[in-house]
Amino acid sequence: MKVLVPVKRVVDANVKIRVKPDKSGVDLTNVKMTVNPFCEIAIEEAVRMKEAGTATEVVAVAVGVSACQEQLRTCLALGADRAVLIETDVDIQPLGVATALKALQEKEQADIILFGKQSIDGDNGQTGQMFAALTGMPQGTFASEVTIENGKAYVTREVDGGLQKISTSLPVVITTDLRLNEPRYASLPNIMKAKKKQMDIFTPEELGVDVTPTLEVLSVEPPPVRAAGIKVESVEELVDKLKNEAKVIP
Amino acid sequence: MDFELTGEQQLIRDTVKKVCAEFPDEYWAKCDSEHRFPWDFYNAMAAGGWLGIAIPEAYGGSGQGITEASLVLEEVASSGAAMNGASSLHLSIFGMHPVVRHGSEEMKQTYLPQVATGELHVAFGVTEPDAGTDTTSITTTARREGDHYIVRGRKVWMTKALDSQRVLLLVRTTPIEKIAKRTDGLTLLLAELQRPEVTISPIDKVGRNAVASCEVVYDDLPVLVTDRVGEEGKGFRYLLDGLNAERILVAAEALGIGRAAINRAVNYANERVVFNRPIGQNQGIAFPLGEAHMRLEAAEMMIRKASWMLDDGQPCGAEANMAKWLAADAACQAADQAVQTHGGYGYAKEYHVERYWREARMTRLAPISQEMVLNYVTEHVLGLPRSY
Repeated sequence: MKVLVPVKRVVDANVKIRVKPDKSGVDLTNVKMTVNPFCEIAIEEAVRMKEAGTATEVVAVAVGVSACQEQLRTCLALGADRAVLIETDVDIQPLGVATALKALQEKEQADIILFGKQSIDGDNGQTGQMFAALTGMPQGTFASEVTIENGKAYVTREVDGGLQKISTSLPVVITTDLRLNEPRYASLPNIMKAKKKQMDIFTPEELGVDVTPTLEVLSVEPPPVRAAGIKVESVEELVDKLKNEAKVIP
Repeated sequence: MDFELTGEQQLIRDTVKKVCAEFPDEYWAKCDSEHRFPWDFYNAMAAGGWLGIAIPEAYGGSGQGITEASLVLEEVASSGAAMNGASSLHLSIFGMHPVVRHGSEEMKQTYLPQVATGELHVAFGVTEPDAGTDTTSITTTARREGDHYIVRGRKVWMTKALDSQRVLLLVRTTPIEKIAKRTDGLTLLLAELQRPEVTISPIDKVGRNAVASCEVVYDDLPVLVTDRVGEEGKGFRYLLDGLNAERILVAAEALGIGRAAINRAVNYANERVVFNRPIGQNQGIAFPLGEAHMRLEAAEMMIRKASWMLDDGQPCGAEANMAKWLAADAACQAADQAVQTHGGYGYAKEYHVERYWREARMTRLAPISQEMVLNYVTEHVLGLPRSY
């Protein structure tokens, strides 16, 4: 059973990001980049499937600039068997990524496609679902537990108000939530082995797809600076402010 | 010219940072105050294969260079672990170098894989109470008796002696008056340490209290001849091979402490408000931190140059010495300024900078004093007369 894990190169969560002066986006010059944390959870789950004997091969794939190879090497060090980069310099957006991945899936014929539920930069949370729609595959999103048994996937989903358990046929799209697992750290021997693992690079043209952005970003604004808090004298004053200033209670 | 780390080097650095993040400053403060070896940390690093970084792949390691090893130790120190963390790994990472270079095949097969996995701890026994840097004057002797050597003498400042099963021990096998060169007649043994003939006494010291430094007395300790590293009488030369590596690694550890100190100082200077503004707005606070940062950056450049030369197989005595001097000096200044930035709280253990300060101080003394580095540079680099 083959597991395909799409991963995204994103700005490191510890970086204090700045909006570019022309408001065209976030300034990523010389900023530390990393594997999207939800994608890391997906890699971990795939590697655990392999260790448990459920999966036979784990393939990490990224869509984006050439430097995504760094993040793919990290995935190889974490236990993926090989990697694929669909290299493009255009601003990647969920629909473009899902389209490119669909073309790759036609070549790879993976049984499980394991996405992170969202990326921590754009926070779109769309790619997995779009890919499922384009390929017509069943999907188990926001997974906090996944079991593959007798040719079926059993997914526990974190939904509003509780947990939902579903079962689907294979091949299946699964997107990982935070509580699915705690990713391991790469070991030094595995970092060294990653160097020798296979990494294929395709262009979208080679796969016959168009990843041109369909959305245009008009302006990016930093969130307003948080004002200092105040001390209230009485409960009455607090209730009054919550009602009339913050308008959080009726 | 390329100053960029490779993808693997960057990944090594990032991964070590993540492992270390599980061991916060409070963990290290506790190990220090309780004089407790950081076993949890050591085991976590061993499990990740980090101890074997510089041991050849054929013997269970990862066969990386001193550049990669220095990145690991710098990250460990800069996580706040400082010397308590770095020293717990330091000897496993590079101490077996003489065995790698000169040990018999059987010795390498037996011991190196165990060091790489972290099961075997090996201490280093060179320095003596009456022969510090003057290594060739050591008086610990080994006399041959059949298939054994019998070791008698006293060593001092032996790191991790309490927790090590073996020691790389430098002994005199031919009396100094019977040899032509002072550097001859010294032999390196990989001796058993936890034996009734050996008495180990920890030294009460200023800092790095999680890893004991000990005085060790050998009272007729038998050592198998097969536990001799390389040939008899060549131990001093074998030892020299590892000195540059050690200096570069200690320099990297010092650099890490300096980074940790500046990090804490900058955070505090941004947050602490006195006279209605953050104290970091005062140039009297800000400028010394800027200066300390620049000195650390400069030391890092020298460390990188030295480790690159070493890994490239070039002689790098001058660069390794200078890296150690510059990094120790920069680390001490950074740690001192971090204490100063914290004002009175800098003296309190709660803010951790006093611990960095205590531990940075030892890098000006070990593995070689700043003065002996200056002796080296003035004599061997500048061509001035030898002073001692």
